[in-house]
Amino acid sequence: MITAERKPLEEILALIEPYDRILLVGCNECVTVCAAGGRKEVALLSSALQMARMKEGKTLDTVETTLERQCDPEYVEELVASIDRADAVLSMACGCGVQEVAKRFKEKPVFPAVNTKFMGASERQGVWAERCQGCGDCLLGLTGGICPIARCSKRLLNGPCGGSSNGKCEINPDVDCAWQLIWDRLKALGLESRYEDIAPPKDWRTSRDGGPRRIIREDLAS
Amino acid sequence: MKTESRLEKVLASGNLAVTSECGPPRGAVPEKVKEKAELLRGAVDGINVTDNQTAVVRMSSLAACILIAQMGLDPILQMVTRDRNRLAMQSDILGAYAHGIHTMLCLSGDHPQFGDHPMAANVYDLDSIQLIQVVRAMRDEGKFQGGDDILNPPKMFIGAAANPFADPFELRVARLAKKVKAGVDFIQTQCIYNLDKFERWMEGVRDRGLHEQVYILAGITPMKSAGMAKYMKNRVPGMDVPDEVVKRLSGVPKEKQAEEGIRMAVEDMQRLKEVEGVSGFHIMAIEWEQKVPEIVERAGLLPRPVV
Amino acid sequence: MKEFEPVIVAFCCHYCAYTAADMAGTMRLSYPPNVKIIKVPCTGKVGGVHIMRALEKGADGVIVAGCLEGDCHFKDGNVKAAKRVSYVQKLLDEIGMGPERVEMVTLSAGMGERFARIAAEFTESVRALGPNPVKEAPAGRARAAAASS
Repeated sequence: MITAERKPLEEILALIEPYDRILLVGCNECVTVCAAGGRKEVALLSSALQMARMKEGKTLDTVETTLERQCDPEYVEELVASIDRADAVLSMACGCGVQEVAKRFKEKPVFPAVNTKFMGASERQGVWAERCQGCGDCLLGLTGGICPIARCSKRLLNGPCGGSSNGKCEINPDVDCAWQLIWDRLKALGLESRYEDIAPPKDWRTSRDGGPRRIIREDLAS
Repeated sequence: MKTESRLEKVLASGNLAVTSECGPPRGAVPEKVKEKAELLRGAVDGINVTDNQTAVVRMSSLAACILIAQMGLDPILQMVTRDRNRLAMQSDILGAYAHGIHTMLCLSGDHPQFGDHPMAANVYDLDSIQLIQVVRAMRDEGKFQGGDDILNPPKMFIGAAANPFADPFELRVARLAKKVKAGVDFIQTQCIYNLDKFERWMEGVRDRGLHEQVYILAGITPMKSAGMAKYMKNRVPGMDVPDEVVKRLSGVPKEKQAEEGIRMAVEDMQRLKEVEGVSGFHIMAIEWEQKVPEIVERAGLLPRPVV
Repeated sequence: MKEFEPVIVAFCCHYCAYTAADMAGTMRLSYPPNVKIIKVPCTGKVGGVHIMRALEKGADGVIVAGCLEGDCHFKDGNVKAAKRVSYVQKLLDEIGMGPERVEMVTLSAGMGERFARIAAEFTESVRALGPNPVKEAPAGRARAAAASS
């Protein structure tokens, strides 16, 4: 999923400072799962923002709504019903959702209330960790199902570097050395010999380096 | 002979080679580069010039290498893949060769987090093994990584680093094998204090015959004090300093610890000379370059061969 | 000027704190009438937003009172509640309200005396903090009035 974290209240308050009527929009997908921008977080933020304003002797009207999927124009359309009740939109979705809302309602300022972080998985309750960088040319089949691009601090395709110590990365003892994980897994699979295949320089065109990407499915595209 | 590199000639002649290093200054002060390099004249076959070592900004390795080449000495261009993409690195290699630099060292580099710009983007378009491949293809096939032909291809004698002490140990020989497969010509190792472990690693290297495909220069850093030994032991990732080293240094009075450190370095070199597959030494005397000629002499490696 | 009488909302777990409050009554232990009790099936049911809404609508302090650690009828609802309380405390701190208006306490059904003591002490500490600044604001007064009507 795409993970996110709420921005500091101070920053959000500064963003919406000129506006008295806010449409606060959550999303039912990834940000709900990572507890950053679902219905519950929308309610909490709404309450916190209102109290912050009232404390200063001012008011803030918030309309709370949480869409099924904010990155999908079909659902964003539902905001038509409430958009006129707000001077600005505060989105708790990932950056994709924020942009969809901004695209649909050109006359309204749209602000992000969360920082979109990474594509990750849940390690345990309340803990998420990065797993994929969307390089566009998956090599997990060669690396024992562990991605060195997302999980090695230097994204080495032929690791580990000299800083691997007791299975941990030199940048932080809480970070696993991805290449130690890869090696352990290759061994468990009896594929040690694969380690010595050199991964050639990567073609980063499939990644962000090739410019903004899109996918077109001819059979589905209208 | 693949190149005009002095280091290659010394190694090919069957002599034990000696290299050392100097870190460029943190400012536009060419005199500093020249001072440090001058201290090494006549004592070494090549001078590594570090590339923003420990991710701290310094004068570029290429510029400092050019200054050293102009003094009639033999710089070794260190290049980390952290700061530049493959376009920038290949163009620097062309520039280096155009200035008479024939030897280089391919590294991934320390993570920016350790340096003075932890907020910088880290590039890592290539890793060290891929950089070796690129430099080799530039030399042997006359091709850029993108596939185009190079006009007057740069002929670099290609080096890389190896750390026999990092984890997992069982991968350390395999990783050297990968560098050999990529086309590396010589290796400079991490500083060696745990000689037993180094010899175990060399055994693994010999078992696979890698010592016959690549020249291995053993890394030596003389300890200046017991404090330095403790710091290296506890604080520097990927460093293996046995207790005996700390104990021996602590056992002599403070003012004599530096001398003891040099004596230990010389003893280590004498022992390592006997290890089959060791082709020379890389002496990293950190901010202590003036001691290098003495160490080389006491290790019985002076005068340097004329090639 | 009338002395400030804080309004305290106490979310009390049916299995412990609520019974303890009841027992305090049976034991004829007096505790401040400022404390308004809301019975919940488990403090694990109390979400951050419930605490926030209570403050937003004019409460001066909120207590979440659950079972002693290890005694939750639903395994670990009280532990979850404690974490949520500290999350809300941080949130309140971020908007400049300070964390002190919200507190998590644990007790067993038999601790009528402890309940009375907690109620008295928390009421006094909130009294010392002064009125909820949100309630004091004009918009807050209007809202509190609407909520109580």
